[in-house]
Amino acid sequence: MLNSMNIKLRLGAAAAAALALLAGGCATPERPAADTAALVDAYVAQSFAAGPGQDLTRLQQDQTQIDCTAARAKPSEALAEVIRARETKNIAYPEDGKLMGDWKAGRKIFDDGFGYRIGSFIPSNPNVARGGNCYACHEGEKTEAAWGNMGSTLQNYGKTRGQSEPIVKYTYEKIYNSRAYNACSQMPRLGHNKILSPRQVADLTAYLLSPDSPINK
Amino acid sequence: MLHSHPRRAWRALLLAAIAATGASAWSQATDPAVAAYRLALADKDGNPGLLIIDKGEGLFKAAAGPKKVSLEKCDFGLGPGVLKGAYAQLPRWFEDTQRVQDLESRLVTCMTTLQGRDAKQVKTLPFANETKNQSNTETEAIAAYVAAQSDGFKLAMPLKHPKEVESLKVGEALYWRQHGPMDFSCATCHAADGKRIRLQALFNGLNKEHTDNVMSSWPTYRVSHNAVRTMQHRMWDCHWQMRLPDIEYGSPATVALISYLTKQAEGAKLDLPGMRR
Repeated sequence: MLNSMNIKLRLGAAAAAALALLAGGCATPERPAADTAALVDAYVAQSFAAGPGQDLTRLQQDQTQIDCTAARAKPSEALAEVIRARETKNIAYPEDGKLMGDWKAGRKIFDDGFGYRIGSFIPSNPNVARGGNCYACHEGEKTEAAWGNMGSTLQNYGKTRGQSEPIVKYTYEKIYNSRAYNACSQMPRLGHNKILSPRQVADLTAYLLSPDSPINK
Repeated sequence: MLHSHPRRAWRALLLAAIAATGASAWSQATDPAVAAYRLALADKDGNPGLLIIDKGEGLFKAAAGPKKVSLEKCDFGLGPGVLKGAYAQLPRWFEDTQRVQDLESRLVTCMTTLQGRDAKQVKTLPFANETKNQSNTETEAIAAYVAAQSDGFKLAMPLKHPKEVESLKVGEALYWRQHGPMDFSCATCHAADGKRIRLQALFNGLNKEHTDNVMSSWPTYRVSHNAVRTMQHRMWDCHWQMRLPDIEYGSPATVALISYLTKQAEGAKLDLPGMRR
C-alpha cells in the first residue's frame, strides 16, 4: 500500500490524474488514495472546536499513526520495520533504572481505567493519577471475571516466562511502547503517549512478572 | 406508529435469544440481561423511550425560540413537514445549507432558521449527562420523535449528489484514522467479530448483520443511561472514550461516519425506538 502510494506521489500531476481516471467508478476504494486522506483531515479540521477543556493537538497524527492509518493497521513487513525502529528509539526508562517496580501499585494500575478524558462534558480530573485499564482488553487474575478479549491473556504471565533480564526489558518496553514490537498494535503506546509514567510502567512490569503477584497464582 | 410482531412470536424469539450463548451470538436481543428486561416489559409498547418520544412530539409541535414558531415546517429531505420515512433517507444533501446533513444537524438548521435560535447554543451540550442522572434534553427528545416517524421504513440514503458520495468515502476512511493518546481509530475496536471491552460486546462495523442491527435500532433507549440516545450521542461518546476533544454536534465528520454506517446497513428495516444496554 505505502509503496504504491509513494510511487503515485512521485508521478507528475498529469500521470496522477490519469491514474485517478483509471480508478474511477470505484466509489469506495479498499485502500484510500492520498487525496482521500487529505479530505479526511479537512473534515476533521471542521469537526472539532477549540475551547475550554479541549485539546485539538490530540487530533494531529504522528508519523506512526499516519503510517498505520494508511496501511489500515496491516503494514507491509518493510513498513513495519521502519515503524518498529522509530518507536524503539522513543522508549524512556525510570530514573533509577529499575524496570521492576512495585507489583502492588501495578495491580491497581492494571485495574484502573480512569483518566485522560477531556472536553466540556465529562472530563477526567487531570490531577488524579491515570490507570492503564488493562482489564478492558486482557484477562488477568483468575478472580476477575470482567476482562476484555482484544488482547492476549496475561494470566500467569510471569509464571510461564520467568524473570530473566530480556523478559523484564521486553515486558517494560512492550507496555511503554507496544509499537516498538508490533508496528500497528491495537494496544495504546501507554508510556510513549504519556498515559502512564515510566514509574507506573515499571509497576505494571512487576505486577506481571513477580512470583508474588496474584496474576501468577 | 409501532408495527406489531405477534406478541407470542416475539416472546419465543426473545426466549430463544436468551438461550443463545457463545461468542458468535451478538445483537441487542442476545445480551441476556437486556433481553430479559425487554421481556419483562412484555413488548416494545413498554419501551421507556416511548415516553421521551411523546415528550419530543410535544416539543416539536410547540411554538418556541425567539420567533415563537414550531418545527412542524422543518424539511428533513422529503419536503417541509414530511416526517414519514424521512429519517430512513438521511444523511442526504440539502440545497439550502449546501451540506450533507444527518437528522440532528438538520434539526439544528431548523431550530436556527425557523425558530431563530442561536446555532452555537443549540449545539452546546445537547445531551443529557447520565453521570448526573439527567433526563433527556429537548433536542434529544425531538430527534427521537422525528426518527420514530420512520419506524418500519428501510434505510435508503439517496447517495446521488457528489457530496453525498464524498461524505460516504470520507466516512469509510475516517473509520480507520488513528489519532489521540490511545492511538485508536473506530476500526481498532469495531472491525472484528466476537470482541469485548471488559464484558461489553463490541459491534463490528464490517459485519452487515451488526450494522443492520445497530443502525435500525437507533435512536435507542439505553438502559444504563436511563435515556434515549441518538447517533450523534454515540459519535460523541466514542470520541470521548478515545480521549479526543468533543466532536461537534452535527459536524461533517460525524455525518460522514453516520453516512458510512448507514450505507453498511442499507435496506435494514427501522425498528424504533430500540433498547440497548
